[in-house]
Amino acid sequence: MTRKILSAIVGTAVLGLAAGTASAATLDDVKGKGSLQCGVSQGLPGFSNPDQDGNWSGLDVDFCRAVAAAVFGDSSKVKYTPLSAKERFTALQSGDVDVLSRNTTWTMSRDTALGLNFSVVNYYDGQGFMVRKDMGINSALELSGASICTNTGTTTELNVADYFRANKMDYELVAFEKADEVVAAYDAGRCDVYTTDQSGLYAQRLKLKDPGAHVVLPEIISKEPLGPVVRQGDDQWLNIIKWTHFAMLNAEELGVTSANVDEMKNSDNPSVKRLLGTEGEFGGAIGLSNDWAYNIIKEVGNYAETFDKNVGPDTQLGIARGANAQWNDGGLQYGPPIR
Amino acid sequence: MADSANNTSVSFVREDMLEESAAPSSSVGLVHWLRENLFSNWFNSVLTLLVIYILYVIIPPLINFAFVESIWSGTNREVCATEAQGGVRPDGWFGACWAYTDAYFNQFIYGRYPDAEQWRVNIVFVMFFGGLAPLLVPSVPFKQANIIFLSIVFPVATFILLTGGNLHYTGFLLPDAVMEPSAIRFWIDYVILTLVVLAIGLGIARGTHSDPLPTLKTVLGLMGGLAIILVIFEIPFGLQTIETDRWGGLLVTLVIAITGIAVSLPIGIALALGRRSNMPIVKLFSVVFIEFWRGVPLITVLFMSSVMLPLFLPEGVHFDKLLRALIGVALFSAAYMAEVVRGGLQAIPKGQYEGAMALGLGFGQMMRMIILPQALTLVIPGIVNTFIGLFKDTTLVLIIGLFDFLGQIQSSFTDPTWASPVQQTTGYMFAAFVYFCFCFGMSRYSAYMERRLDTGHRS
Amino acid sequence: MALQDVSQDVGQPKVAIFNDPKVRGWVYQVVLLVAIVYLVYAGVQNMFANLAAQNIASGFGFIGRNAGFAISQSLLEYSQAESSYGKVYMVGLLNTVSIAFIGVILATVMGFIIGISRLSHNFVVRSVATIYVETFRNIPLLLHIFIWYFGVLRLLPQPKDSANLGLLGLLNNRGWFAPKPIPQELFFLTAAAFVVGIVLTFVISRWARQRQGKTGQQFPTFFAGLGLIIGLPFVIFLISGLPLVFDYPVAGAFRPKGGMTVIPEFMAMLLALSSYTAAFIAEIVRAGILAVDKGQTEASHALGLRSGPTLRLVIIPQAMRVIIPPLTSQYLNLTKNSSLAVAIAYPDLVSVFAGTALNQTGQAVEILGMTMLTYLGLSLLTSAFMNWYNARMALVER
Repeated sequence: MTRKILSAIVGTAVLGLAAGTASAATLDDVKGKGSLQCGVSQGLPGFSNPDQDGNWSGLDVDFCRAVAAAVFGDSSKVKYTPLSAKERFTALQSGDVDVLSRNTTWTMSRDTALGLNFSVVNYYDGQGFMVRKDMGINSALELSGASICTNTGTTTELNVADYFRANKMDYELVAFEKADEVVAAYDAGRCDVYTTDQSGLYAQRLKLKDPGAHVVLPEIISKEPLGPVVRQGDDQWLNIIKWTHFAMLNAEELGVTSANVDEMKNSDNPSVKRLLGTEGEFGGAIGLSNDWAYNIIKEVGNYAETFDKNVGPDTQLGIARGANAQWNDGGLQYGPPIR
Repeated sequence: MADSANNTSVSFVREDMLEESAAPSSSVGLVHWLRENLFSNWFNSVLTLLVIYILYVIIPPLINFAFVESIWSGTNREVCATEAQGGVRPDGWFGACWAYTDAYFNQFIYGRYPDAEQWRVNIVFVMFFGGLAPLLVPSVPFKQANIIFLSIVFPVATFILLTGGNLHYTGFLLPDAVMEPSAIRFWIDYVILTLVVLAIGLGIARGTHSDPLPTLKTVLGLMGGLAIILVIFEIPFGLQTIETDRWGGLLVTLVIAITGIAVSLPIGIALALGRRSNMPIVKLFSVVFIEFWRGVPLITVLFMSSVMLPLFLPEGVHFDKLLRALIGVALFSAAYMAEVVRGGLQAIPKGQYEGAMALGLGFGQMMRMIILPQALTLVIPGIVNTFIGLFKDTTLVLIIGLFDFLGQIQSSFTDPTWASPVQQTTGYMFAAFVYFCFCFGMSRYSAYMERRLDTGHRS
Repeated sequence: MALQDVSQDVGQPKVAIFNDPKVRGWVYQVVLLVAIVYLVYAGVQNMFANLAAQNIASGFGFIGRNAGFAISQSLLEYSQAESSYGKVYMVGLLNTVSIAFIGVILATVMGFIIGISRLSHNFVVRSVATIYVETFRNIPLLLHIFIWYFGVLRLLPQPKDSANLGLLGLLNNRGWFAPKPIPQELFFLTAAAFVVGIVLTFVISRWARQRQGKTGQQFPTFFAGLGLIIGLPFVIFLISGLPLVFDYPVAGAFRPKGGMTVIPEFMAMLLALSSYTAAFIAEIVRAGILAVDKGQTEASHALGLRSGPTLRLVIIPQAMRVIIPPLTSQYLNLTKNSSLAVAIAYPDLVSVFAGTALNQTGQAVEILGMTMLTYLGLSLLTSAFMNWYNARMALVER
């Protein structure tokens, strides 16, 4: 990165020549840099959150690590760029990040008008509401006249408008630039309701002074398929992102975990063999080594492992698998077969 | 009359002076002072009482909060929360939680800079304040060496220490088809560039029938110096590379403020000269530039640099977020600096210009040796004030998601370990105190320089 | 060097063209121009290339599109269902202008009081004013805003135990819910009387000034004006049968319904902006008053003017000349600083247009361009007005 800055400064300022490397092939670019630049959110517990020492963790972060494991065989070769909702698309478009794994909702206009490609859905979400327990509210339909705090620059603002309009309810919207400001204002009593993706509500609730005094209402007022995003026009890179997720899903389905992946290498199950690269040449098809999926599972784990570790019922967030369960478990996660 | 005065036998004439008696109690001492200053008439009395009442309302609770009820040590929120909030304090307790600022102190200063590498930041701080302090005191000698240290050695060392250095150059001139990108290509490019500049310089020298030697020296000196710095950046010192998104706290605040002022000073001087120039295009450009940046709020400039700037760069070139903010801040403060410098230039009497020209000095020489030294000395208070403004304005970068000192404090509010009702108040109080110390100190210095520079010519 | 050569070589046949300072000047300018044009061209070229390559929409078509999000404070009729991005821009602009306008007035009043207090003979008043100035101007505005905002939210009660201000409505941390005046049929008479009062006051003050110029007699213009502007409409208002009803807010399940709302973000912004700017204005006022020579006071006393007229007719007009130019830049600063509203969600131009609208449409170049030009326009307008005022106040010299 620094060398590009320098060549750009020298190139543009001194000579007026537009320097720079055309980055059609993101994979080569990433390999050249020796690390994956991953755009994440600025701090959302369970999804991407830095600890006191600056180490990132979360579901979105684990996805970045999985991609790094697939590309380099080393999940630590990731650099994180925390992005606000406002900056995220520009950062991806301009090449600041190689992949945007920042709980971003897949919508048609974003997929078509921004020069981006949504790859997969690694978390099926929906917008919900959080209120104080002592208000005694059980349904979002009782919220007419309420003051609602949310983030600006997201689909939530539009969803809440649609929802209240459809139900002929009145409300006051207070939209902040940063998630931390929303939490602070809601906690200070500025609003009755905090609305964002339900997963976000569970996550942000941890930041409140007294998390136990707040409850997430059951209604989900929108579809929020969240997933990693890449730039348009690089099919190879898009495939790597897609199949990183699918490999994690397949591993869960086949019972391959980070703990037993070495034993599973000796498995007789042809599906497992193809997944772990002991049979066939599937890694080469997407420009990676043949043990790409093995590395993902070894270093990061399968989908269930990352889910349970970051947001699952045993974590502080306590989110059930719900729509994110495997297809044969009543959920929506469905990994296409590797063959 | 004279006789009678000399007549010592007259008994009613006093011979020695009366003892001086103390002034009446109504015109000295505390009572007098109170009367004169506080209760000279009914209006003043009412005003005094009103102000004292306001002070009574504000000061005791503040002291109570900050010192009396405050908590100085502890490891988590329990020490700073009342029993009802799950802590150990009695109900109704309201005091500052200095234990929390203490626990976070490291982060407030360095952000998320790795613990093991923070000595690098400390060296930079020491170098900066060690270099600056003697510069600020007018009586300390070796000003020139000091300025060279601060303007060349310090930035280079800081860059290497903070980022880790280890730049790799790949060239900027020759296309990839001619030669693969490598450090060698970069230096070939660099030599070509030097030769081109040299040729232009010699061409001009020839055209003007002037001595080519000074041009030669200047070009070679500049390009050589730059090359040395570039080589230093390339040397691997074995320092771990620290990405700028791990920087934070006071470090980022100071980096932005100091870089902003250092970059804006030369640009500001150029713009100020441009604005006073006789060349219409130069003048127009300077005026438009200055008025544009002065007419828009800094926050839109920061939004522009964070959201819009990437779109104007060639594909594949991207600037670091901090660097983008720095560019925005530098352009913005350059416009303000230009106006400060212009004020200094205007204060120089015309005779100085005429005298310089009469001595046969060219424009550059006149500015460098006669006008600018005087003008810049005059505007030192103005420069310091601009710096204070910039220092305060650096807080705005938290809106675009950089973690400066205030941003770091704000982000700590969401840590459940220390979450308590007094956390926010404590954090903001701490921030206000630190900013106040910096800004107040600088404004005192500026006032001191103003008095010192006041030659007493004004009425 | 150039100057020397020219003076010596005048008329000689072999003058190098470079040595003519005029030619040199033009060469420099052409080089600068080419560089600027090239940089702009390259930037724009890059932008279009980037937009095209990334398939990002461009152009101003979005202005007519439906915005579809809500805004918490709007001086215009704004509905999320129908209003366009153009309307969002107008709403944001009006919110910016209104906070800047009220902020300027409040800051000026506070600044003058504090500035004069700093010169008071009263020790306590003087010290407190000094402490105020030093504290407030040495703390970043953004921090002021956060402190005020969370201070305001903390101090005001929750909606369910709103403070009842009686005739002034309700106050809680959702804002101040003031009664909304609804003019009835005959209210236009009162409004007309108000306008008539202003016009009459203007005419009278002209007449009084002329008369004083001729005869030296004074006329109580101030009280006459007060009577005409306030008294006359009030009488008409009474006569026409109080044609104004108030819509009082009533407590609802969440925030009170009805009335007019002043949202807490507005209050916090206003308090922060005006208290911060007041510290700077106070310094300007103090410097302005100190700049007037003491001899002026003595001379006017010698002429028999009492201290009231001395202050009003001699000191202040002279001090104003020193005060106005820096005061202008403080007004500009306040207007620009109102953009910090984005930090606490007060829906000003930057917050709703360069914030929400930009995020929803993704058209950074157009929206930020419009926003910056708007602020530039506001700045130029304010400084043009203040220059005009300054020219009027300037000393007319022979």
